[in-house]
Amino acid sequence: MSGESKAIGLVIGVRKKCSHEGDVEMVPNQENAMTMQLRRNFMELKSKMTKNEAIEEANRCLYCYDAPCIKACPTSIQIPNFIKKIASGNMKGSATTILEANPIGASCARVCPTEELCEGACVLNSSTKPIKIGELQRYATDWAMESNAQLFKPGQNNGQKVAIIGAGPAGLSAARELGRLGYQVTIYEAEAKAGGLGSYGIVAFRLPNEVVDWEVEQIEQLGVTIQTNTTVGVDISVDEILAQYDSIILAVGMGAVPNLGIEGEDLEGVHDAIEFVRKTKMGPLTNDVVGKKVAVIGAGNTAIDGATSAVRLGAEHVQILYRRTQKEMTAYKFEYEFAKQDGVEFKWLTAPKKIIGNEAGKVTGIECVKMKLGEAGPDGRQRPEEVQGSNFIIEVDAVIKAIGQTRFVSLIEAFSLAHTNGVVDIDETTMQTSKDKVFACGDVVFGNGQGEAMVVTAVQQGKDAAYKIHEHLRKPSEIA
Amino acid sequence: MADLQINLAGIQSPNPFWLASAPPTNSGYQVQRAFEAGWGGAVWKTLGEPILNVSSRFAAVSYNGQRVAGFNNIELITDRPLEVNLQEIYETKKKFPNHAIIASLMVEPKQEKWHEIVKRVEDVGVDGLELNFGCPHGMAERGMGSASGQVPELVEKQTYWVKEAARTPVIVKLTPNITDITVTAEAATRGGADAISMINTINSLAGVDLDTWNTVPHVAGKGAHGGYCGPAVKPIALNMVAECARNPLVNVPISGIGGISNWQDAAEFILMGATGVQVCTAAMHHGFSIVEDMIDGLNNYLDDKGLASVMDLVGRSVLRYSNWGDLDLNYKIVAEINNDICINCNKCHIACEDTSHQCIDLYTEDGRPMLKVREEDCVGCNLCSIVCPVESAITMVERKSTIPPMTWNQRQALISSLAK
Repeated sequence: MSGESKAIGLVIGVRKKCSHEGDVEMVPNQENAMTMQLRRNFMELKSKMTKNEAIEEANRCLYCYDAPCIKACPTSIQIPNFIKKIASGNMKGSATTILEANPIGASCARVCPTEELCEGACVLNSSTKPIKIGELQRYATDWAMESNAQLFKPGQNNGQKVAIIGAGPAGLSAARELGRLGYQVTIYEAEAKAGGLGSYGIVAFRLPNEVVDWEVEQIEQLGVTIQTNTTVGVDISVDEILAQYDSIILAVGMGAVPNLGIEGEDLEGVHDAIEFVRKTKMGPLTNDVVGKKVAVIGAGNTAIDGATSAVRLGAEHVQILYRRTQKEMTAYKFEYEFAKQDGVEFKWLTAPKKIIGNEAGKVTGIECVKMKLGEAGPDGRQRPEEVQGSNFIIEVDAVIKAIGQTRFVSLIEAFSLAHTNGVVDIDETTMQTSKDKVFACGDVVFGNGQGEAMVVTAVQQGKDAAYKIHEHLRKPSEIA
Repeated sequence: MADLQINLAGIQSPNPFWLASAPPTNSGYQVQRAFEAGWGGAVWKTLGEPILNVSSRFAAVSYNGQRVAGFNNIELITDRPLEVNLQEIYETKKKFPNHAIIASLMVEPKQEKWHEIVKRVEDVGVDGLELNFGCPHGMAERGMGSASGQVPELVEKQTYWVKEAARTPVIVKLTPNITDITVTAEAATRGGADAISMINTINSLAGVDLDTWNTVPHVAGKGAHGGYCGPAVKPIALNMVAECARNPLVNVPISGIGGISNWQDAAEFILMGATGVQVCTAAMHHGFSIVEDMIDGLNNYLDDKGLASVMDLVGRSVLRYSNWGDLDLNYKIVAEINNDICINCNKCHIACEDTSHQCIDLYTEDGRPMLKVREEDCVGCNLCSIVCPVESAITMVERKSTIPPMTWNQRQALISSLAK
């Protein structure tokens, strides 16, 4: 991370002691400076490669045959090809090669855990240093965004209609492929904007809004209709959708963070990590976190996003509380390093017992208990157990929950789909749910040991669902 | 979507990218794989009396860590029986009727030998013939290859003999191991060549092993000169193509060969007069799939330039290639250094100071190191911009001349007319 991070300017404004606990009264002429500083904190952190860097790095690539990087990419991007095209100055070809395999390639260039995927597989790991595939992919997709090239065309209309529920990476990818195949596609999106977690959940300093907006625009240019602010089951009935479309794809992802199930959850200052990050992507950045002490519960990528967002919103101190240890942490290694660089403290084997508030109903602290790892549970992971009598209290002003996500069970059941604890059951070879007409992909099918909750796997599943629908809808006409 | 089809002296090809006569085109299996990968044509490895090869055969020249900047070979023409090659050519043509198959030929300088091989080869359905007057090693010692290619009369005569018997277009491949390739190009044209191809490989020795004192490559401790090719030879080949293209006595299409590694190289050769190009070293280094970006990149380039067909690009820079004596002596450019982009490696300063015109000054301004060109002393040689590692840090800018253009030739003519 050295050399890449811009220094985070934490709040430098004057902080006055004031009557209201937790409030910070700012001197008026300092306010603009702070707003600007907060905005700077959320700008894209990693700077893009210069042309020289890109050409040098692209020429370092060996252009392997049967390259392991391609096999490591869940969307099978023809990596040596796109890199060679950067070297040969064929930028349009490079961007097309990437986006052909991965419609959300610009986002993936920024959020994929490349050390575990393509870069981790690069043969140069055993020789010099792996190629900076992610940065090169960003270089090429940035070119596409800047040059405004239209890289793909809609296919000839075949008269068939597909509805997709959810405009996240899985839904968007399915739409792009179906659009190219000539299907009439409508995406129903509950939020005000398309993009899914790309727009709402992944921190702006890793994935700026403009990138996702551009990807969505490219897909709309293929004739795909995206109806935002439309919740299926509320604004349009499930039956209407089942009746109007030849096939349906359920790509709604997962829901909000569940409750911790402890006292004090309703206090002011307890946040859902996803909501917390979402607010930093949507509106003006809040001053409410400035100078605060924050505890984040959980140690997945969402917890890291919540914690680093709190840091960048000016929190005085941010700590992550996790009931297991670093070994069991699910966040990517680079995210962990990133959080540490941001100064986030990690308290392992610590679980929350009770959130403490004052008479005004605001969070003032969190009571925790130390944990130890016991026998392995059914999922193979060691179960955390409380260490009796080890309770202690941490002074905090805010608690951010990042302990996983709930499922849209009511919607799944409105479609009468079979599911296991909210995870939609699908036939993995056909991507079909228990209802022939309905296919499912993305986070909505993640869980119970099935799949990976990565943007890039959602993309591939979206593509697969599109191809399976194409096979499925063409079958009746291909009578043996 | 541009049209990449070419017609080279009557030979149709779906795109300008052919594989040159070399190890990659040794067998039907290989040529078929190449066509499947997208190559438009292939020149079969030279047919003739089968030879025997040695081991090892190849060497490469790296430069400061950049591998295979140049490539050297001491491999000869085909070592496979003619019947086997002919059978495979026949089968390949049947499987790929729309791809161009050219047979490269080399026989002794005798009329009946040429007539015989031309008849046998054309009977299996090739689209054209390429006459190998260029192999610089192994065959030259027997009077063939570059031994013929260095003698204009032999080039003309053998081309003439082949044309007596050939029904398909005849391409004459020229050797660069010669004082002036336009002389043999003119000879080939006089002999009736339908097209010419150049260059074959350049006489070379890749290196010497400092530990063992063996040549690189060596065969049981002994070496022999080989043929140099690859990216390093591109400027030599490009010049030869351009000189032939602008020569009015060489009015036949050209197939350009020599260090072409990507679509940009190919476009440069096409601009300097080549109708099609042939590739070898890059394919040996990276495999046949490199043609994919060649096609894609050339396509995108033509679209960007607003050209509907690659044939519209052929020769568009030839008229700009002139004689030194016809260059404008009053055209003035000077170097400009952008200190905001400059990274202060100071290489421009020392290059100019030691080896050019001592006009780049190092100084400090408010403690900040700066570089500046003294324009009145700058001759616009370009050296600083060449050694500068950062794009746009040094730019060459034109300074409009107050005096009208004048070339050396015009100046000399003026002087002698004034002297009278």
